[in-house]
Amino acid sequence: MAEVTFLEALRQGLWEEMERDERVFILGEDVGLYGGAFKVTDGFVKKFGESRVIDTPISEAAIVGAAAGAAHMGLRPVAEMQFIDFISCAYDMLTNYVATARYRAGLSTPMVVRGPCGGYVRGGPFHSQNPEAAFLHTPGLKIVYPATVRDAKGLIKSSIRDDDPVLYLEHKWLYRRIKAQLPEGEEILTPIGQARIAREGKHLSIISYGATLWKSLEAAEQLETQDGVSAEVLDLRTLLPLDDAAIVNTVKKTNKVLIVHEDTRTGGIAGEIAARINEQAFEWLDGPIMRVTAHDVPLPYAPTLEDFVLPQTDDIVKAARWLAKY
Amino acid sequence: MALPATRPTGAVPSGPAGAALSTDQLLEVYYYLRLTRTLEERLVALYRQTKVIGGLFRSLGQEGESVATAYALERGRNKDILSPLIRNLGSMLVMGAQPIEILRQYMAKADSPTRGRELNVHFNDLEKGYLGQISHLGDMIPVMAGIALSFKMRGQPRVGLVYIGDGGTSTGTFHEGVNFAAVQRLPLVVIGEYNHWAYSTPPEKQFAVKDLAEKAKGYGIPAVTVDGNDVFAVYEATKFAVDRARRGKGVHFIEVKTYRRKGHAEHDDQHYVSKDTLELWSKSNDPIDRYTQRILAADLVPEGDLKEIDDRVRVEVDQATDACVNEPLPGAESALPGVYVDPPAADKLWFKSL
Repeated sequence: MAEVTFLEALRQGLWEEMERDERVFILGEDVGLYGGAFKVTDGFVKKFGESRVIDTPISEAAIVGAAAGAAHMGLRPVAEMQFIDFISCAYDMLTNYVATARYRAGLSTPMVVRGPCGGYVRGGPFHSQNPEAAFLHTPGLKIVYPATVRDAKGLIKSSIRDDDPVLYLEHKWLYRRIKAQLPEGEEILTPIGQARIAREGKHLSIISYGATLWKSLEAAEQLETQDGVSAEVLDLRTLLPLDDAAIVNTVKKTNKVLIVHEDTRTGGIAGEIAARINEQAFEWLDGPIMRVTAHDVPLPYAPTLEDFVLPQTDDIVKAARWLAKY
Repeated sequence: MALPATRPTGAVPSGPAGAALSTDQLLEVYYYLRLTRTLEERLVALYRQTKVIGGLFRSLGQEGESVATAYALERGRNKDILSPLIRNLGSMLVMGAQPIEILRQYMAKADSPTRGRELNVHFNDLEKGYLGQISHLGDMIPVMAGIALSFKMRGQPRVGLVYIGDGGTSTGTFHEGVNFAAVQRLPLVVIGEYNHWAYSTPPEKQFAVKDLAEKAKGYGIPAVTVDGNDVFAVYEATKFAVDRARRGKGVHFIEVKTYRRKGHAEHDDQHYVSKDTLELWSKSNDPIDRYTQRILAADLVPEGDLKEIDDRVRVEVDQATDACVNEPLPGAESALPGVYVDPPAADKLWFKSL
């Protein structure tokens, strides 16, 4: 067992898949010689060569489009967005071309688009985004969003092996902050589409993912010790397709739900989850489904502003207390 | 050498007629030209009978460049791959798309290549060598760059060819895709179809260069402008570019000057085009007429063979039509499967079972 960071786990997963399957290749901006802006692909070009670790022009649509074409031909591209904020430049290619390819034309497009997302790092409006809601609405894509070291590795490996196009969102606040022991020699494959109970509880459920999963766990700890409230925390891990069964199960167990995400509120994934709970577990609810999300503003730069706009542990604690008393 | 914007001319001469093509090949090219036009004429009839479900897009006047560019590729299982636009029916037929597939697509039949999910020529057969476009112009250039990238990575001597219209060169994906392919020196040939109209928008409202070929300078790739209604000129230029790409020399841009003689789609009455201009292109610069006159004048094929082909094409189109015109549309619930490999089908919504 060796202790590794979230980033190192992701790197290991990529490396192992590149070693295992010669069809896998990486393309993106500064991924080769420089090793990626966050060093996720550090050392890859030396090991795998320039034909499998391709430095591209600043052309997100071309990166994604070329990945799709190569995927049609049986390769397994992993396209890096240097910051996930720039995935919007490839929105057309992903939603119109890639996502529809199998349905409209029977085209196989096994590819991964990955990149650093999220705030809490003073990145400002264009280096902090969480783009999941923009793609949640697109049949044909899968979206995974690991929170743990193990899932960082297990989900990148599963995404590369998946026969459908997958967006892999990696929170840069977790990159070097989260560390865990990973068994050496064990093949870690986290199944896509399965949520995970991150903490057992009985009074209310907190449903979250990514960086706010950790803030939710912190909040649950405080609620336990300070209030005697036992909060269950569900780590979604995959956002598309959602694990309805896991969501409904925790609702049936605790009867109260707080959905926590870092993305903005309106049109965010919490709304979709609330609608599904309403449809599938309405009778089991003992209170309103509540949300703790970012405020509906572009993410500002100054620490005072960013800290206010993004959901914090204290916000989750207060919201959970309110809901527990309902 | 540039051509006047609206006047037909043979200003860019091609080499000796048919120098590179055998009699059988000349007849094969004629067959595809005639098949393209006859099949479209049949589609017009079906459109007027309301059997075509959506719009109908004609390639009248552009059959020559479509057929000639595709004919310069290596065809057969897992050879070259092209990505056509809506007016490249001829290119698809050359690569092996069947008339019955086209008819079924337009009529949204259950047995159409896309099982009623997509329209017209938006379908593919990668083994035969064609990848259907999506409606977002320019997007196929990055995708075809990716296909060419796979050829390069695997060391396969294969070439990709992709079409873009004069209007399509204004898109961002055109720029990103050509630039990416140029930097990577991918085996990709880009055909720029200057057909004078992007729906109703003329070239002078689309770009400030005179010829599309000028745009290639910005990517460091060679470009040539040819008379798009001269089948031989287009074939020779494409053959040169394809051979060059196959030798690992990278992207080549070919501008074909042609003219869209029908509206954007069948509903478009083309009120923005002068009747004189249309008549000029129709009377004195029809690509099929020019091809036929040239091979007959040079005594390259017997005239009777062309007549035989005309008859054969009519029979084929009749038979294909008869075979599918009364076929059913897809069953409603066949809309659900196949968005993903896993899960295999989308959920049927609750109110459908009430």
